[in-house]
Amino acid sequence: MPRINPEEVREIAALARLRLDEAEVERLTHELDGILGYIETVKGLDTANVSPMTHAVPFDCPTRPDQVRQSLTIDEALQNAPRRRENVFEVPRIVPGTGGA
Amino acid sequence: MVPDVRGASLTALAEGVAAGKWKSRDLVETYLDRIGRLDPKLGCFLLVDHEGARRAADAVDRKIAAGEAVGPLGGVPIGLKDIYVTRGIETTAGSKILKGFIPPYESTASGRLAAAGAISLGKINMDEFAMGSSNENSAFHPVHNPWDLERVPGGSSGGSAAAVAASLCAGTLGTDTGGSIRQPASLCGVVGVKPTYGRVSRYGVIAFASSLDHPGPFGRTVEDAAALLEVIAGHDPMDSTSIPQPVGRYRQASKAGLAGMRVGVPREYFGAGMAPEVEAAVRAALDEIGRAGANLVPVSLPHTEYAIATYYLICTAEASSNLARYDGVRYGHRTAEAGTLEELYAKTRGEGFGAEPKRRIVLGTYVLRAGYYEAYYGKALRVRRLIADDFEAAFEKCDVLVTPTSPTPAFKLGERAADPLQMYLADIYTVAPPLAGVPALSQCCGFTGAGLPIGLQTIGPPLGEEAVFRIAGAYEARTEWHKRLPKDPA
Repeated sequence: MPRINPEEVREIAALARLRLDEAEVERLTHELDGILGYIETVKGLDTANVSPMTHAVPFDCPTRPDQVRQSLTIDEALQNAPRRRENVFEVPRIVPGTGGA
Repeated sequence: MVPDVRGASLTALAEGVAAGKWKSRDLVETYLDRIGRLDPKLGCFLLVDHEGARRAADAVDRKIAAGEAVGPLGGVPIGLKDIYVTRGIETTAGSKILKGFIPPYESTASGRLAAAGAISLGKINMDEFAMGSSNENSAFHPVHNPWDLERVPGGSSGGSAAAVAASLCAGTLGTDTGGSIRQPASLCGVVGVKPTYGRVSRYGVIAFASSLDHPGPFGRTVEDAAALLEVIAGHDPMDSTSIPQPVGRYRQASKAGLAGMRVGVPREYFGAGMAPEVEAAVRAALDEIGRAGANLVPVSLPHTEYAIATYYLICTAEASSNLARYDGVRYGHRTAEAGTLEELYAKTRGEGFGAEPKRRIVLGTYVLRAGYYEAYYGKALRVRRLIADDFEAAFEKCDVLVTPTSPTPAFKLGERAADPLQMYLADIYTVAPPLAGVPALSQCCGFTGAGLPIGLQTIGPPLGEEAVFRIAGAYEARTEWHKRLPKDPA
């Protein structure tokens, strides 16, 4: 019984906003089935009394004074934009019928 | 006078510049000439910054002539893995999705190198977004191992290791998430250091898996790597996970000797799957370390067998989240035609990412999905704790651990590319230290009959870099392996 099927791979890719062609879906289904089979080795380990470790080194979340500081200028922030309009990043229309690009 | 830079140590070159024995500009021209002649066969560089390097070298030479201080790395040519963002210099992380990205800011580590006088020759090839163990996942071109051009240099910092091995620069920076500094150091026969998590700032280092990403140096010698680490390490207010403790004296430690140190030998790191020549070389190195005055102590890291699964669960989950930022809006590739924002995202990402990032995004999204989260990602975080506890318990019995770095020497280009799981399993000896956040170094401890380097890994407790450098420096001082050089490719 495979652990993952092509339909699930398509669903996950849609969640990740990642367009895959059918050859990629087929290959990933096969590869992920093997990888998930291996990864399941951790499932047999008893971790009932183990707390999750989210950081390698314990640290307190540091704070800093809330001061106005120099940051990127608008031109610097936009200099790599594939499409720019005046001082904003340009994207396709988000809500139908509201104008925009 | 111009020194022979082939096999030259970074610290010796820096001393020569400071003493006025040679000019930084002459070093830069010598390395640029080597890159021009040899790199077409090796593929280490993605971008060579001829004019920027010449300008920076001339500035160092002018300061020397004026009697001004130039910093501990004054005038020495180095290279940066293309994961360090560099202001005004294209930075791609080895990915087509960032082709053409010109960062408006500088990473802390590369900025500290420049402030210490080092000269960047350019940006170095890598597996796309640091995902890989062979450098074959670069979106641009593979890197060839200087010891055998038909073999991989390791990855993901394969270009950084190969560039030092081939003397295309005096030192480099890489990053290590599951072994990406140590494994290529092992396969190319150079020194690579993954410091304690948070010892070097991640600010301006393009993120792969944030809780596991460790910036660190490559050097020809242990002292070279120590000198680079002393410069790039230290607290950075721009990285809230960076450690505030003062930086150790790593160069001094590399010359301090190892008498009386307790060296743990974990039995789980000498298991099946290790090439016999690797095991023989590592056992001989342990004997040498024992003869140098260390006490060898058998120890156990009982959760080692779970480390690869744990690592791939956590790193893919974090990668799928980190790589969400590549959306075709703010920088990088954008698909030519999209009617809606959703389509813009999906098409841009489908076109821009290569096969390995796609595999990890899908796997990471799968393990984080509602209903699966606790069974996969939550489980992995708990096993990570057990793996870290193993190290803590072992370090009650010893000062450092010594193990092999990679179970095999360099493999052939294409040999493992078709089977991602087999590629992942080769990370067996390198994935646990980043999970625990502990420092680890790889150095050369011998060669196979076919002339391929074999790596020795020394692992320390958190912030135990000085203990690691003591072992590595003392071993290097008693052996000649680090002096062997690959032939320049014809």
